[in-house]
Amino acid sequence: MGDWTTVTVPALPSASKNTLLNTSEKKMCPSSLNMQQVQHSPLPLSKSPHSSFSAFCTDENVEQCVSYLNRELTTLGFPSLYSECNDRELNVVSIINCMNELLILQRKNLRTQEEVEIQHLKLGSDMDHLQNCYAKVKEQLEASRREIVGLQERDRQQQCKNRNLHQLLKNEKDEVQKLQNIIASRATQYNHDMKRKEREYNKLKERLHQLVMNKKDKKIAMDVLNYIGRVDGKRGAWRTGKTEARNEEDMYKVLLGGYEHCQKQLLMENAELKKVLQQMKKEMISLLPPKKQKPKERAEDGTEPVLSDMEEDAVELNKENMWELSCETVREQLTNSIRKQWRMLKNHVEKLDNQVSRAHSEALNDNDVISREDHELETEKLELEIQQCREMIKTQQQLLQDCYLLEERERLQEEWKLFREQKKNFERERRSFTEAAIRLGLERKAFEEDRGAWLKQQFLSITYDHKNSEHVKSQSAFSGSSEPDNQLINFRSRHKKPHFLSSVPMAEELCQTVQHIAHNSNSSTVLNKTTEDSKPKQWKGINKPEAE
Amino acid sequence: FSPSFSIDHMACKRTNPKVYIIASCVQYRLIVRDVNSLQILQLYTCLDQIQYIEWSSDSLFILCAMYKRGIVQVWSLEQPDWHCKIDEGSAGLVASCWSPDGRHILNTTEFHLRITVWSLCTKSVSYIKYPKACQHGIAFTKDGRYMALAERRDCKDFISLFVCSDWQLLRHFDTETQDLAGIEWAPNGCVLAVWDTCLEYKILLYSLDGRLLSTYSAYEWSLGIKSIAWSPSSQFLAIGSYDEKVRILNHVTWKKITEFEHPVTIANPKIIVYKEVEKCPRVETESLALPPAKAQASSLFRIQSKYDISQVPVSLQCVKPVADRANPRIGIGMLAFSPDNCFLATKNDNIPNAIWIWDVQKLKLFVVLEQLYAVQFFQWDPCQPRLAICTGNSKVYLWSPAGCVSVQVPMEGDFQVLSLCWHSNGDSMALLSKDHFCMCYLE
Repeated sequence: MGDWTTVTVPALPSASKNTLLNTSEKKMCPSSLNMQQVQHSPLPLSKSPHSSFSAFCTDENVEQCVSYLNRELTTLGFPSLYSECNDRELNVVSIINCMNELLILQRKNLRTQEEVEIQHLKLGSDMDHLQNCYAKVKEQLEASRREIVGLQERDRQQQCKNRNLHQLLKNEKDEVQKLQNIIASRATQYNHDMKRKEREYNKLKERLHQLVMNKKDKKIAMDVLNYIGRVDGKRGAWRTGKTEARNEEDMYKVLLGGYEHCQKQLLMENAELKKVLQQMKKEMISLLPPKKQKPKERAEDGTEPVLSDMEEDAVELNKENMWELSCETVREQLTNSIRKQWRMLKNHVEKLDNQVSRAHSEALNDNDVISREDHELETEKLELEIQQCREMIKTQQQLLQDCYLLEERERLQEEWKLFREQKKNFERERRSFTEAAIRLGLERKAFEEDRGAWLKQQFLSITYDHKNSEHVKSQSAFSGSSEPDNQLINFRSRHKKPHFLSSVPMAEELCQTVQHIAHNSNSSTVLNKTTEDSKPKQWKGINKPEAE
Repeated sequence: FSPSFSIDHMACKRTNPKVYIIASCVQYRLIVRDVNSLQILQLYTCLDQIQYIEWSSDSLFILCAMYKRGIVQVWSLEQPDWHCKIDEGSAGLVASCWSPDGRHILNTTEFHLRITVWSLCTKSVSYIKYPKACQHGIAFTKDGRYMALAERRDCKDFISLFVCSDWQLLRHFDTETQDLAGIEWAPNGCVLAVWDTCLEYKILLYSLDGRLLSTYSAYEWSLGIKSIAWSPSSQFLAIGSYDEKVRILNHVTWKKITEFEHPVTIANPKIIVYKEVEKCPRVETESLALPPAKAQASSLFRIQSKYDISQVPVSLQCVKPVADRANPRIGIGMLAFSPDNCFLATKNDNIPNAIWIWDVQKLKLFVVLEQLYAVQFFQWDPCQPRLAICTGNSKVYLWSPAGCVSVQVPMEGDFQVLSLCWHSNGDSMALLSKDHFCMCYLE
């Protein structure tokens, strides 16, 4: 289109020049920014169609214009304006067609221009949008970069601090170690010094001791009015090997007694605890099966094999406990069985809890809720029972101890009773013996009397044959003597003190036969004496227990 | 209960274990009184000021020791004419005690050179060399059969076990301690506890025949054991240490069962805290008769105190000890088991106003008693779980599981109870101040 303008520019009048120039220049500018101006370009064309037309073609240059237009149109591909036969005659039809074509073209161009402009606008807005986005993203990037930097800074600072603290900690630890070492070394130093001083002190003490002992011992003395007896009334024993051995024995007895006492207590405790555990186990067993409908199957599956085990264990353990063995295996069995039972119980409780929670979430299943409550009640009951058992154990322990004391006391009492009975028996026997002895003595005396009388009679009978008067004298003397004899004998029998005098004069008065008899009587007196000797002993014996 | 009182000047006193008699000494006179009536039964005069008196085990003789003169005089209760005087002469006298059979006297000479055993039956003397100079160096078993003596030779500690009946040396063994601080028999007479100096926490347990059963050491380097106590059944051994804790060992394994802490704040709501509270009685001026009688006046203006139950959490008064002194007042200074083996009373020297009572069956803190003044002394009743406490003012405090009560000692003038001593039947106790004593009868 540039050619067109350059060609037509000099031919046209200057009035329309500017407008044409303007419009063409506007058309010529390829820059997008003038698009808007280009948009307006059709308007001045439409506004000043007359002026532009009149400017281009005047009456004078019609043919020139027509030829020019023809040339242009043919170059553009339009059919020629001239008719086919004659070059000078204008083909109106082709002119109209050309005009129509030109109009259509113009419209098309306008449309495409509009579209292009719209696209242009769209692209412009997209560009703006993208630019905005780009700017924002850039800002964000900047901000995040700054943040990163900041965080890195902080991280670095924290690590620095951490390192510092570690360092401080190490320093402190080192210091502590150092101080401990110092303390240890000082302690050893002090110990050494102390030992040295102590040795010196010991030397001084020895010296002092020597000095003290060297001085006359007159001052160091004890002045007692009289000896006092020992507490237990016995005399002091010499220190021999036997006493040493006995002391060792006593010491070991005391120790053993202490250990036995300890062991007894521990055995009792063990037995009680075992009983409690057994009870707990039984109760736990009884708790589990009759509980639930749903978990029953599950529990039964779990408990049945275990139950059989439990029963076996229970039987075994009962047997064992009867013998009160405390071997390892029994203990382990018991603890393992308890642990198993407790685990099962725990699982059971957990299942119940799960059930309850599920039931709450879905719909309240009365059975389960009740079961849980029941279970809680049961656990409370168990706890109470455990408490009671513990208290029972304590009271039982106390009672057992009391029982032991009571048992001992009873034993002692029984022994005392026995002792007293035996004492009584002994006393009775002694009395009977003494009585027997007295009787024996009396009988002997009686026998003696009879003997004496019989001898007298014999003697009298013998002597009576020879001398009557003397017999009478002797008889009277004898009778006289016999009477006091009798009296004396009576005395003797009444008083419990023996008189040997009466029997002695009797022996002296009689002759040989009487001497023989006197021998007998002496022997009898000896017998009497012995009996009398034994009598006082017996009496003494009787007196003694009476005094006690 | 009704307190009865009698004023006397005295240096020290002892309650006779079996018969109801108490002995008190004044300067150089020994006065024996009947417990119930406080009548003077006997009066003896000694040669010098008496420092220490002790009854013999069968309550027939009293020994009076005069350390300055180095003389011990023994008096008989049955025969006032009988006398005995033991003179240590130049050896000097530092301590004196009876043997458990009541017929021998053990004198420790000066500088712990030796221990002289005087026999009152045979007038014989035996010497034990190298005794250890520590506070609990001699220990007799409860049944009086054996005596343990701590010795030190060549910078090593030894223990000698003697049979008291004939003073035969039964066992002699060395201990692994640095510097033995004390020994104590278990009440069953089978185990001997030996503990080390407070610079090292170490306690060793020996059986009667000299075997080492076990050692226990809780920690190193800090100050160690301050006091120990056996439970009456010999089942537990309580060890109080300078770190304000009590550790309990059991007699089967000799391992620690538990440890009791003595913190400054008590927060557990199950613990009852009794706090002594003072209240001044309001004086009604109208009812006063002028001039008021002396007794009435003293009773009117006397400050009464009673126990209040404080709400937990309670914060107790703490005393910070001086850091650079030896034997600091920290740690558990006093431990005592009740006679029925149910309670353990402890005193933490850091918190000197409080007494902590622990339940031995549950091994937990049971009661805390907070006093207004520092606790001077406490002792359990020998027959029942009743604790008597004195804090240096004119009151005596009693605690039992039923409750606690604060009792004013009705005396004219100032009577500061510094120490107390129960009678062996648990019916009465003697309260001692610096130079007076009075009897308190309980129903």
